[in-house]
Amino acid sequence: MGVVLDNLDQFLTGMRATVVLTLASFAIAAVLGLLAAGFRVSPVPPLRVAGAFYVNIVRNTPLAVLFVLFYFGLTKVGLVYEPFVTAIIVLSLYTGTFVAETVRAGINSVARGQGEAARSLGMTFPQLLTVVVLPQAVRTVVQPLGSIFIALIKNSALATIISVSNLGKTADALVTQTAEYVPIYLGTAVAYLLLTLPSGQAVGWLERKVAIRR
Amino acid sequence: MTAPVLADALGPRGRRQARIASVVALLAIGALVVVAFGRLSGRGQLEARLWEPFTQWSVLKFLLGGLANTAKVAALAMTGALVVGALMALARLSALSIMLAVPVPKGRTDSFLSRVRVRVFPLRALAGAYVEFFRGVPLYLLIVFCAFGLPPSGIDVSLFQALVLGLVLYNSAILGEVFRAGILSLDRGQSEAAFAVGLGYWPAMRLVVIPQAVRRMVPAIVSQLVTLLKDTSLGVVITYEEFLRRTQISAEFFDNILPGAIVAAAVYIVINYSLSQVARRLEVRQRRRYQAGSIQVSGVEDLAVVGAQAGSQMGGSAA
Repeated sequence: MGVVLDNLDQFLTGMRATVVLTLASFAIAAVLGLLAAGFRVSPVPPLRVAGAFYVNIVRNTPLAVLFVLFYFGLTKVGLVYEPFVTAIIVLSLYTGTFVAETVRAGINSVARGQGEAARSLGMTFPQLLTVVVLPQAVRTVVQPLGSIFIALIKNSALATIISVSNLGKTADALVTQTAEYVPIYLGTAVAYLLLTLPSGQAVGWLERKVAIRR
Repeated sequence: MTAPVLADALGPRGRRQARIASVVALLAIGALVVVAFGRLSGRGQLEARLWEPFTQWSVLKFLLGGLANTAKVAALAMTGALVVGALMALARLSALSIMLAVPVPKGRTDSFLSRVRVRVFPLRALAGAYVEFFRGVPLYLLIVFCAFGLPPSGIDVSLFQALVLGLVLYNSAILGEVFRAGILSLDRGQSEAAFAVGLGYWPAMRLVVIPQAVRRMVPAIVSQLVTLLKDTSLGVVITYEEFLRRTQISAEFFDNILPGAIVAAAVYIVINYSLSQVARRLEVRQRRRYQAGSIQVSGVEDLAVVGAQAGSQMGGSAA
Protein backbone atom coordinates (compact mmCIF):
# COMPACT_ATOMS: atom_id res chain seq x y z
CA MET A 1 0.00 0.00 0.00
CA GLY A 2 3.08 2.19 0.22
CA VAL A 3 2.73 3.33 -3.38
CA VAL A 4 -0.72 4.68 -2.70
CA LEU A 5 0.36 6.59 0.40
CA ASP A 6 3.41 7.98 -1.40
CA ASN A 7 1.22 9.32 -4.18
CA LEU A 8 -1.67 10.47 -2.05
CA ASP A 9 -1.46 13.98 -3.48
CA GLN A 10 -1.93 12.63 -7.00
CA PHE A 11 -4.98 10.67 -5.89
CA LEU A 12 -6.42 13.80 -4.30
CA THR A 13 -5.81 15.78 -7.49
CA GLY A 14 -7.50 13.03 -9.47
CA MET A 15 -10.45 12.99 -7.10
CA ARG A 16 -10.82 16.74 -7.39
CA ALA A 17 -10.73 16.48 -11.19
CA THR A 18 -13.39 13.75 -11.14
CA VAL A 19 -15.60 15.86 -8.87
CA VAL A 20 -15.22 18.92 -11.11
CA LEU A 21 -15.95 16.87 -14.23
CA THR A 22 -19.01 15.29 -12.60
CA LEU A 23 -20.49 18.47 -11.17
CA ALA A 24 -20.01 20.51 -14.35
CA SER A 25 -21.45 17.76 -16.55
CA PHE A 26 -24.37 17.16 -14.22
CA ALA A 27 -25.29 20.84 -14.16
CA ILE A 28 -25.34 21.03 -17.96
CA ALA A 29 -27.08 17.65 -18.20
CA ALA A 30 -29.82 18.91 -15.88
CA VAL A 31 -30.49 21.89 -18.14
CA LEU A 32 -30.37 19.74 -21.28
CA GLY A 33 -32.61 17.13 -19.69
CA LEU A 34 -35.20 19.65 -18.54
CA LEU A 35 -35.21 21.22 -22.00
CA ALA A 36 -35.57 17.88 -23.77
CA ALA A 37 -38.30 16.76 -21.36
CA GLY A 38 -40.09 20.05 -21.96
CA PHE A 39 -39.80 19.48 -25.71
CA ARG A 40 -41.18 15.97 -25.38
CA VAL A 41 -44.32 17.03 -23.49
CA SER A 42 -44.92 20.21 -25.52
CA PRO A 43 -47.92 20.47 -27.85
CA VAL A 44 -45.61 21.31 -30.78
CA PRO A 45 -44.99 18.16 -32.87
CA PRO A 46 -41.58 19.08 -34.36
CA LEU A 47 -40.23 19.81 -30.88
CA ARG A 48 -41.59 16.50 -29.61
CA VAL A 49 -39.87 14.68 -32.44
CA ALA A 50 -36.63 16.59 -31.84
CA GLY A 51 -36.71 15.75 -28.11
CA ALA A 52 -37.40 12.07 -28.78
CA PHE A 53 -34.68 12.01 -31.45
CA TYR A 54 -32.05 13.40 -29.08
CA VAL A 55 -33.01 11.07 -26.23
CA ASN A 56 -33.24 7.87 -28.25
CA ILE A 57 -30.17 8.49 -30.39
CA VAL A 58 -27.75 9.58 -27.70
CA ARG A 59 -28.98 7.20 -25.00
CA ASN A 60 -28.51 4.17 -27.22
CA THR A 61 -25.01 5.14 -28.29
CA PRO A 62 -22.29 3.71 -26.04
CA LEU A 63 -20.39 6.39 -24.18
CA ALA A 64 -17.10 5.16 -25.66
CA VAL A 65 -18.51 5.72 -29.17
CA LEU A 66 -19.55 9.25 -28.22
CA PHE A 67 -16.05 9.99 -26.97
CA VAL A 68 -14.53 8.68 -30.20
CA LEU A 69 -17.07 10.57 -32.31
CA PHE A 70 -16.64 13.90 -30.54
CA TYR A 71 -12.92 13.82 -29.93
CA PHE A 72 -11.54 12.17 -33.04
CA GLY A 73 -14.47 12.64 -35.41
CA LEU A 74 -15.49 16.26 -34.99
CA THR A 75 -11.97 17.57 -35.46
CA LYS A 76 -12.45 16.43 -39.05
CA VAL A 77 -15.15 19.07 -39.56
CA GLY A 78 -13.14 21.74 -37.82
CA LEU A 79 -14.84 21.52 -34.44
CA VAL A 80 -11.77 21.32 -32.24
CA TYR A 81 -12.15 21.71 -28.49
CA GLU A 82 -9.88 21.08 -25.60
CA PRO A 83 -10.14 17.51 -24.31
CA PHE A 84 -11.58 18.77 -21.01
CA VAL A 85 -14.35 20.67 -22.80
CA THR A 86 -15.02 17.68 -25.06
CA ALA A 87 -15.32 15.43 -22.00
CA ILE A 88 -17.88 17.76 -20.43
CA ILE A 89 -19.82 18.03 -23.69
CA VAL A 90 -19.94 14.25 -24.14
CA LEU A 91 -20.76 13.42 -20.52
CA SER A 92 -23.50 16.04 -20.28
CA LEU A 93 -25.04 15.12 -23.65
CA TYR A 94 -25.16 11.46 -22.60
CA THR A 95 -26.38 12.11 -19.06
CA GLY A 96 -28.92 14.67 -20.29
CA THR A 97 -30.90 11.93 -22.03
CA PHE A 98 -31.32 10.03 -18.78
CA VAL A 99 -32.32 13.19 -16.95
CA ALA A 100 -34.87 13.91 -19.69
CA GLU A 101 -36.45 10.48 -19.40
CA THR A 102 -36.56 10.69 -15.62
CA VAL A 103 -38.10 14.15 -15.57
CA ARG A 104 -40.70 13.16 -18.15
CA ALA A 105 -41.58 10.03 -16.19
CA GLY A 106 -41.77 12.12 -13.02
CA ILE A 107 -44.22 14.56 -14.57
CA ASN A 108 -46.28 11.72 -15.99
CA SER A 109 -46.37 10.06 -12.58
CA VAL A 110 -48.47 12.92 -11.19
CA ALA A 111 -52.14 11.95 -11.37
CA ARG A 112 -54.00 13.69 -14.15
CA GLY A 113 -56.72 14.84 -11.74
CA GLN A 114 -54.16 17.03 -9.99
CA GLY A 115 -53.70 19.16 -13.09
CA GLU A 116 -57.41 19.23 -13.81
CA ALA A 117 -58.13 20.35 -10.25
CA ALA A 118 -55.50 23.09 -10.48
CA ARG A 119 -56.92 24.35 -13.78
CA SER A 120 -60.48 24.33 -12.50
CA LEU A 121 -59.29 26.48 -9.60
CA GLY A 122 -58.15 28.97 -12.23
CA MET A 123 -54.42 28.49 -11.74
CA THR A 124 -52.19 29.71 -14.52
CA PHE A 125 -49.74 27.34 -16.18
CA PRO A 126 -46.69 28.52 -14.17
CA GLN A 127 -48.71 28.21 -10.97
CA LEU A 128 -49.89 24.75 -11.94
CA LEU A 129 -46.34 23.72 -12.65
CA THR A 130 -44.63 25.19 -9.60
CA VAL A 131 -47.34 24.74 -6.97
CA VAL A 132 -48.99 21.47 -7.94
CA VAL A 133 -47.12 19.30 -10.42
CA LEU A 134 -43.41 19.81 -9.71
CA PRO A 135 -43.55 19.35 -5.92
CA GLN A 136 -45.22 15.99 -6.49
CA ALA A 137 -42.97 15.03 -9.40
CA VAL A 138 -39.83 15.72 -7.34
CA ARG A 139 -40.63 12.82 -5.01
CA THR A 140 -40.53 10.23 -7.77
CA VAL A 141 -37.53 11.86 -9.41
CA VAL A 142 -35.06 12.23 -6.53
CA GLN A 143 -33.99 8.60 -6.36
CA PRO A 144 -33.50 8.03 -10.12
CA LEU A 145 -31.71 11.38 -10.47
CA GLY A 146 -29.42 10.34 -7.64
CA SER A 147 -28.65 7.09 -9.45
CA ILE A 148 -27.88 9.09 -12.58
CA PHE A 149 -25.50 11.30 -10.64
CA ILE A 150 -23.65 8.30 -9.20
CA ALA A 151 -23.52 6.69 -12.64
CA LEU A 152 -22.00 9.94 -13.92
CA ILE A 153 -19.23 9.81 -11.32
CA LYS A 154 -18.35 6.36 -12.60
CA ASN A 155 -18.84 7.22 -16.28
CA SER A 156 -16.49 10.18 -16.00
CA ALA A 157 -13.65 7.65 -15.75
CA LEU A 158 -14.06 7.14 -19.49
CA ALA A 159 -12.64 10.62 -20.04
CA THR A 160 -9.32 8.81 -19.67
CA ILE A 161 -9.78 7.71 -23.29
CA ILE A 162 -9.13 11.29 -24.36
CA SER A 163 -6.50 11.90 -21.63
CA VAL A 164 -8.59 14.24 -19.53
CA SER A 165 -7.36 14.29 -15.97
CA ASN A 166 -9.56 12.32 -13.54
CA LEU A 167 -9.14 9.45 -11.09
CA GLY A 168 -8.98 6.90 -13.90
CA LYS A 169 -6.20 8.89 -15.54
CA THR A 170 -4.37 9.09 -12.22
CA ALA A 171 -4.44 5.30 -11.96
CA ASP A 172 -3.27 5.03 -15.55
CA ALA A 173 -0.33 7.38 -15.01
CA LEU A 174 0.75 5.83 -11.71
CA VAL A 175 0.56 2.30 -13.08
CA THR A 176 2.74 3.30 -16.01
CA GLN A 177 5.24 4.89 -13.64
CA THR A 178 5.45 2.26 -10.94
CA ALA A 179 4.00 -0.97 -12.41
CA GLU A 180 2.42 -1.64 -9.01
CA TYR A 181 -0.89 -2.75 -10.47
CA VAL A 182 -2.82 -4.16 -7.56
CA PRO A 183 -2.24 -1.47 -4.90
CA ILE A 184 -2.85 1.37 -7.32
CA TYR A 185 -6.04 -0.01 -8.83
CA LEU A 186 -7.28 -0.91 -5.34
CA GLY A 187 -6.47 2.59 -4.13
CA THR A 188 -8.32 4.08 -7.09
CA ALA A 189 -11.31 1.86 -6.38
CA VAL A 190 -11.34 3.05 -2.77
CA ALA A 191 -11.13 6.65 -3.97
CA TYR A 192 -14.17 6.08 -6.20
CA LEU A 193 -16.03 4.42 -3.34
CA LEU A 194 -15.25 7.49 -1.22
CA LEU A 195 -17.21 9.47 -3.82
CA THR A 196 -20.01 7.05 -4.74
CA LEU A 197 -20.95 5.62 -1.34
CA PRO A 198 -21.48 8.99 0.39
CA SER A 199 -23.40 10.17 -2.69
CA GLY A 200 -25.68 7.16 -2.29
CA GLN A 201 -26.18 8.00 1.39
CA ALA A 202 -26.97 11.61 0.51
CA VAL A 203 -29.53 10.53 -2.08
CA GLY A 204 -31.19 8.24 0.46
CA TRP A 205 -31.31 11.09 2.96
CA LEU A 206 -32.78 13.46 0.36
CA GLU A 207 -35.33 10.86 -0.63
CA ARG A 208 -36.52 10.45 2.96
CA LYS A 209 -36.63 14.20 3.33
CA VAL A 210 -38.98 14.80 0.40
CA ALA A 211 -41.06 11.70 1.05
CA ILE A 212 -44.51 12.12 2.48
CA ARG A 213 -46.20 9.48 4.55
CA ARG A 214 -49.55 8.60 3.07
CA MET B 1 -48.65 12.85 -26.69
CA THR B 2 -48.95 15.81 -24.35
CA ALA B 3 -48.58 14.96 -20.69
CA PRO B 4 -52.23 14.98 -19.65
CA VAL B 5 -51.47 16.45 -16.26
CA LEU B 6 -49.94 19.60 -17.70
CA ALA B 7 -52.59 20.79 -20.13
CA ASP B 8 -56.04 20.02 -21.48
CA ALA B 9 -56.62 19.41 -25.15
CA LEU B 10 -55.93 22.66 -26.99
CA GLY B 11 -58.72 24.98 -28.09
CA PRO B 12 -58.82 26.82 -31.43
CA ARG B 13 -56.45 29.58 -30.33
CA GLY B 14 -54.01 27.15 -28.73
CA ARG B 15 -54.05 25.01 -31.85
CA ARG B 16 -53.23 28.03 -33.98
CA GLN B 17 -50.31 28.96 -31.69
CA ALA B 18 -49.06 25.38 -31.75
CA ARG B 19 -49.16 25.46 -35.55
CA ILE B 20 -47.13 28.66 -35.66
CA ALA B 21 -44.63 27.23 -33.17
CA SER B 22 -44.43 24.09 -35.30
CA VAL B 23 -43.48 26.07 -38.38
CA VAL B 24 -40.86 28.07 -36.47
CA ALA B 25 -39.43 24.89 -34.91
CA LEU B 26 -39.34 23.13 -38.28
CA LEU B 27 -37.48 26.04 -39.81
CA ALA B 28 -34.97 26.07 -36.95
CA ILE B 29 -34.41 22.31 -37.17
CA GLY B 30 -34.11 22.52 -40.96
CA ALA B 31 -31.53 25.30 -40.62
CA LEU B 32 -29.54 23.13 -38.17
CA VAL B 33 -29.58 20.19 -40.56
CA VAL B 34 -28.51 22.40 -43.47
CA VAL B 35 -25.64 23.87 -41.42
CA ALA B 36 -24.54 20.39 -40.32
CA PHE B 37 -24.53 18.99 -43.84
CA GLY B 38 -22.90 22.15 -45.17
CA ARG B 39 -20.14 21.69 -42.64
CA LEU B 40 -19.74 18.00 -43.49
CA SER B 41 -19.53 18.58 -47.23
CA GLY B 42 -17.48 21.77 -46.83
CA ARG B 43 -14.80 19.69 -45.09
CA GLY B 44 -15.09 16.94 -47.65
CA GLN B 45 -16.55 14.45 -45.18
CA LEU B 46 -19.36 13.47 -47.53
CA GLU B 47 -17.03 12.41 -50.33
CA ALA B 48 -17.80 8.96 -51.64
CA ARG B 49 -14.17 7.95 -51.12
CA LEU B 50 -14.69 8.05 -47.32
CA TRP B 51 -17.94 6.11 -47.28
CA GLU B 52 -17.23 3.67 -50.07
CA PRO B 53 -15.20 1.22 -47.88
CA PHE B 54 -18.41 0.31 -46.03
CA THR B 55 -19.73 -1.22 -49.26
CA GLN B 56 -16.71 -3.50 -49.74
CA TRP B 57 -17.32 -7.06 -48.67
CA SER B 58 -13.86 -7.45 -47.11
CA VAL B 59 -14.46 -4.44 -44.87
CA LEU B 60 -17.97 -5.56 -44.01
CA LYS B 61 -16.68 -9.01 -43.15
CA PHE B 62 -14.09 -7.48 -40.85
CA LEU B 63 -16.71 -5.32 -39.11
CA LEU B 64 -19.20 -8.17 -38.86
CA GLY B 65 -16.48 -10.23 -37.23
CA GLY B 66 -16.16 -7.46 -34.66
CA LEU B 67 -19.90 -7.53 -34.14
CA ALA B 68 -19.68 -11.30 -33.62
CA ASN B 69 -16.97 -10.75 -30.99
CA THR B 70 -19.21 -8.18 -29.31
CA ALA B 71 -22.06 -10.69 -29.31
CA LYS B 72 -19.80 -13.39 -27.87
CA VAL B 73 -18.60 -11.12 -25.06
CA ALA B 74 -22.14 -9.94 -24.35
CA ALA B 75 -23.66 -13.42 -24.30
CA LEU B 76 -21.01 -14.84 -21.99
CA ALA B 77 -21.03 -11.81 -19.70
CA MET B 78 -24.84 -11.80 -19.51
CA THR B 79 -24.94 -15.46 -18.52
CA GLY B 80 -22.20 -15.00 -15.95
CA ALA B 81 -23.72 -11.84 -14.49
CA LEU B 82 -27.18 -13.42 -14.19
CA VAL B 83 -25.83 -16.51 -12.41
CA VAL B 84 -23.48 -14.65 -10.06
CA GLY B 85 -26.11 -11.97 -9.45
CA ALA B 86 -28.69 -14.57 -8.46
CA LEU B 87 -26.20 -16.21 -6.07
CA MET B 88 -25.42 -12.82 -4.53
CA ALA B 89 -29.09 -12.04 -4.01
CA LEU B 90 -29.70 -15.41 -2.34
CA ALA B 91 -26.63 -14.93 -0.15
CA ARG B 92 -27.74 -11.44 0.86
CA LEU B 93 -31.15 -12.75 1.85
CA SER B 94 -29.84 -15.87 3.56
CA ALA B 95 -30.72 -16.33 7.20
CA LEU B 96 -27.60 -18.35 7.87
CA SER B 97 -26.09 -17.00 11.04
CA ILE B 98 -23.56 -17.94 13.65
CA MET B 99 -23.18 -16.80 17.22
CA LEU B 100 -19.86 -15.33 18.13
CA ALA B 101 -18.60 -14.71 21.61
CA VAL B 102 -16.86 -11.36 21.75
CA PRO B 103 -14.97 -10.05 24.75
CA VAL B 104 -16.52 -7.00 26.35
CA PRO B 105 -14.18 -3.98 26.12
CA LYS B 106 -12.24 -3.42 29.32
CA GLY B 107 -13.67 -0.04 30.23
CA ARG B 108 -17.24 -1.38 30.27
CA THR B 109 -17.80 -2.27 33.89
CA ASP B 110 -21.59 -2.21 33.69
CA SER B 111 -21.55 -5.82 32.48
CA PHE B 112 -20.71 -8.68 34.80
CA LEU B 113 -19.97 -10.82 31.75
CA SER B 114 -16.54 -10.90 30.24
CA ARG B 115 -17.95 -11.92 26.85
CA VAL B 116 -21.21 -11.26 25.00
CA ARG B 117 -22.72 -13.34 22.25
CA VAL B 118 -23.38 -11.59 18.95
CA ARG B 119 -25.29 -12.97 15.96
CA VAL B 120 -23.50 -12.45 12.66
CA PHE B 121 -24.61 -13.28 9.13
CA PRO B 122 -21.42 -14.24 7.26
CA LEU B 123 -23.03 -14.86 3.87
CA ARG B 124 -24.99 -11.63 4.02
CA ALA B 125 -21.92 -9.65 4.97
CA LEU B 126 -19.77 -11.18 2.23
CA ALA B 127 -22.33 -10.72 -0.51
CA GLY B 128 -23.12 -7.22 0.74
CA ALA B 129 -19.47 -6.25 0.57
CA TYR B 130 -19.18 -7.74 -2.93
CA VAL B 131 -22.21 -5.85 -4.21
CA GLU B 132 -21.36 -2.51 -2.62
CA PHE B 133 -17.78 -2.69 -3.84
CA PHE B 134 -18.35 -3.62 -7.47
CA ARG B 135 -21.39 -1.37 -7.82
CA GLY B 136 -19.46 1.63 -6.60
CA VAL B 137 -16.43 1.55 -8.87
CA PRO B 138 -16.36 2.41 -12.59
CA LEU B 139 -16.69 -0.49 -15.01
CA TYR B 140 -13.81 1.10 -16.91
CA LEU B 141 -11.52 0.56 -13.93
CA LEU B 142 -12.61 -3.07 -13.48
CA ILE B 143 -11.98 -3.91 -17.13
CA VAL B 144 -8.60 -2.18 -17.22
CA PHE B 145 -7.62 -3.93 -13.99
CA CYS B 146 -8.67 -7.34 -15.30
CA ALA B 147 -6.77 -6.78 -18.55
CA PHE B 148 -3.57 -5.18 -17.29
CA GLY B 149 -3.53 -5.80 -13.54
CA LEU B 150 -4.24 -9.52 -13.39
CA PRO B 151 -1.56 -10.88 -15.78
CA PRO B 152 1.39 -9.28 -13.88
CA SER B 153 -0.13 -10.67 -10.66
CA GLY B 154 0.18 -14.16 -12.05
CA ILE B 155 -3.39 -14.65 -13.25
CA ASP B 156 -3.13 -15.17 -16.96
CA VAL B 157 -6.20 -13.84 -18.76
CA SER B 158 -6.69 -13.01 -22.42
CA LEU B 159 -8.19 -9.66 -23.41
CA PHE B 160 -11.44 -11.46 -24.18
CA GLN B 161 -11.54 -13.06 -20.74
CA ALA B 162 -10.60 -9.77 -19.08
CA LEU B 163 -13.46 -7.93 -20.79
CA VAL B 164 -15.97 -10.65 -19.88
CA LEU B 165 -14.69 -10.82 -16.30
CA GLY B 166 -14.93 -7.05 -15.82
CA LEU B 167 -18.47 -7.00 -17.20
CA VAL B 168 -19.51 -9.96 -15.02
CA LEU B 169 -18.10 -8.42 -11.81
CA TYR B 170 -19.85 -5.09 -12.39
CA ASN B 171 -23.16 -6.33 -13.73
CA SER B 172 -23.53 -9.19 -11.25
CA ALA B 173 -23.39 -6.62 -8.46
CA ILE B 174 -26.13 -4.58 -10.09
CA LEU B 175 -28.27 -7.56 -11.04
CA GLY B 176 -27.80 -8.88 -7.50
CA GLU B 177 -29.46 -5.70 -6.28
CA VAL B 178 -32.24 -6.10 -8.84
CA PHE B 179 -32.93 -9.67 -7.74
CA ARG B 180 -32.84 -8.76 -4.08
CA ALA B 181 -35.18 -5.81 -4.59
CA GLY B 182 -37.51 -8.03 -6.63
CA ILE B 183 -37.72 -10.65 -3.91
CA LEU B 184 -38.14 -8.05 -1.16
CA SER B 185 -40.83 -6.22 -3.12
CA LEU B 186 -43.07 -9.23 -2.72
CA ASP B 187 -45.57 -9.05 0.10
CA ARG B 188 -44.34 -10.88 3.18
CA GLY B 189 -47.65 -12.70 3.35
CA GLN B 190 -46.66 -14.70 0.29
CA SER B 191 -43.73 -16.43 1.94
CA GLU B 192 -45.55 -16.61 5.29
CA ALA B 193 -48.46 -18.38 3.61
CA ALA B 194 -46.05 -20.77 1.90
CA PHE B 195 -44.41 -21.61 5.23
CA ALA B 196 -47.84 -21.95 6.85
CA VAL B 197 -48.90 -24.66 4.39
CA GLY B 198 -45.77 -26.54 5.32
CA LEU B 199 -43.30 -25.65 2.60
CA GLY B 200 -39.67 -25.38 3.58
CA TYR B 201 -37.38 -22.48 2.64
CA TRP B 202 -36.29 -23.76 -0.78
CA PRO B 203 -39.70 -25.08 -1.93
CA ALA B 204 -41.30 -21.79 -0.84
CA MET B 205 -38.68 -19.86 -2.79
CA ARG B 206 -39.00 -22.04 -5.86
CA LEU B 207 -42.78 -22.36 -6.00
CA VAL B 208 -44.04 -19.10 -4.53
CA VAL B 209 -41.52 -16.31 -4.16
CA ILE B 210 -39.22 -16.52 -7.17
CA PRO B 211 -41.91 -16.98 -9.87
CA GLN B 212 -43.71 -13.85 -8.69
CA ALA B 213 -40.56 -11.85 -8.14
CA VAL B 214 -39.16 -12.68 -11.57
CA ARG B 215 -42.19 -11.15 -13.27
CA ARG B 216 -41.53 -7.86 -11.58
CA MET B 217 -37.84 -8.00 -12.36
CA VAL B 218 -37.96 -8.84 -16.07
CA PRO B 219 -38.07 -5.25 -17.41
CA ALA B 220 -35.27 -4.13 -15.10
CA ILE B 221 -33.16 -7.16 -16.02
CA VAL B 222 -33.64 -6.67 -19.76
CA SER B 223 -32.76 -3.01 -19.55
CA GLN B 224 -29.62 -3.78 -17.55
CA LEU B 225 -28.65 -6.36 -20.15
CA VAL B 226 -29.02 -3.70 -22.84
CA THR B 227 -26.66 -1.52 -20.81
CA LEU B 228 -24.25 -4.44 -20.62
CA LEU B 229 -24.34 -4.78 -24.39
CA LYS B 230 -23.58 -1.08 -24.72
CA ASP B 231 -20.71 -1.42 -22.26
CA THR B 232 -19.00 -4.15 -24.28
CA SER B 233 -17.70 -1.22 -26.34
CA LEU B 234 -15.31 -0.56 -23.43
CA GLY B 235 -13.29 -3.35 -25.02
CA VAL B 236 -11.84 -0.53 -27.10
CA VAL B 237 -9.77 0.75 -24.16
CA ILE B 238 -8.02 -2.60 -23.75
CA THR B 239 -7.77 -3.00 -27.57
CA TYR B 240 -9.91 -6.12 -27.63
CA GLU B 241 -11.24 -6.41 -31.17
CA GLU B 242 -14.93 -5.99 -30.56
CA PHE B 243 -17.09 -3.96 -32.92
CA LEU B 244 -16.01 -0.45 -31.92
CA ARG B 245 -12.31 -1.37 -31.97
CA ARG B 246 -12.67 -2.87 -35.43
CA THR B 247 -14.42 0.23 -36.77
CA GLN B 248 -11.48 2.20 -35.43
CA ILE B 249 -8.94 -0.10 -37.07
CA SER B 250 -10.71 0.19 -40.41
CA ALA B 251 -11.02 3.96 -39.93
CA GLU B 252 -7.29 4.25 -39.39
CA PHE B 253 -6.68 2.24 -42.52
CA PHE B 254 -9.04 4.21 -44.77
CA ASP B 255 -8.50 7.52 -42.95
CA ASN B 256 -12.26 7.94 -42.46
CA ILE B 257 -12.56 8.41 -38.71
CA LEU B 258 -15.75 10.45 -38.77
CA PRO B 259 -17.70 8.21 -41.16
CA GLY B 260 -16.43 5.19 -39.19
CA ALA B 261 -17.62 6.60 -35.89
CA ILE B 262 -21.00 7.49 -37.42
CA VAL B 263 -21.44 3.98 -38.78
CA ALA B 264 -20.45 2.48 -35.41
CA ALA B 265 -22.92 4.72 -33.60
CA ALA B 266 -25.69 3.85 -36.07
CA VAL B 267 -25.20 0.12 -35.60
CA TYR B 268 -25.24 0.40 -31.80
CA ILE B 269 -28.29 2.65 -31.91
CA VAL B 270 -30.29 0.23 -34.06
CA ILE B 271 -29.45 -2.76 -31.85
CA ASN B 272 -29.90 -1.02 -28.51
CA TYR B 273 -33.04 0.82 -29.54
CA SER B 274 -34.74 -2.37 -30.66
CA LEU B 275 -33.79 -4.11 -27.42
CA SER B 276 -35.00 -1.14 -25.36
CA GLN B 277 -38.32 -1.34 -27.17
CA VAL B 278 -38.55 -5.00 -26.14
CA ALA B 279 -37.90 -3.98 -22.52
CA ARG B 280 -40.57 -1.30 -22.71
CA ARG B 281 -43.10 -3.67 -24.22
CA LEU B 282 -42.42 -6.22 -21.47
CA GLU B 283 -42.90 -3.50 -18.88
CA VAL B 284 -46.23 -2.39 -20.32
CA ARG B 285 -47.46 -5.96 -20.73
CA GLN B 286 -46.60 -7.00 -17.22
CA ARG B 287 -48.18 -3.88 -15.76
CA ARG B 288 -51.36 -4.54 -17.67
CA ARG B 289 -51.41 -8.21 -16.75
CA TYR B 290 -50.46 -8.13 -13.12
CA GLN B 291 -51.33 -4.55 -12.22
CA ALA B 292 -48.00 -4.34 -10.52
CA GLY B 293 -45.21 -1.94 -11.29
CA SER B 294 -41.67 -3.06 -11.68
CA ILE B 295 -39.11 -2.59 -9.00
CA GLN B 296 -36.92 0.46 -8.58
CA VAL B 297 -33.26 -0.12 -8.11
CA SER B 298 -30.63 2.49 -7.68
CA GLY B 299 -27.22 2.25 -9.18
CA VAL B 300 -27.89 2.21 -12.86
CA GLU B 301 -29.13 4.94 -15.10
CA ASP B 302 -31.32 2.72 -17.29
CA LEU B 303 -32.91 1.01 -14.34
CA ALA B 304 -33.62 4.32 -12.73
CA VAL B 305 -35.53 5.36 -15.80
CA VAL B 306 -37.51 2.16 -16.03
CA GLY B 307 -38.32 2.39 -12.33
CA ALA B 308 -39.52 5.95 -12.63
CA GLN B 309 -41.59 5.13 -15.70
CA ALA B 310 -43.47 2.59 -13.71
CA GLY B 311 -44.06 5.40 -11.25
CA SER B 312 -44.58 2.70 -8.69
CA GLN B 313 -44.53 3.49 -5.05
CA MET B 314 -43.72 -0.04 -4.02
CA GLY B 315 -41.35 -0.89 -1.26
CA GLY B 316 -38.23 -2.87 -1.72
CA SER B 317 -36.26 -0.10 -3.30
CA ALA B 318 -32.64 -0.90 -2.84
CA ALA B 319 -31.44 2.63 -2.27
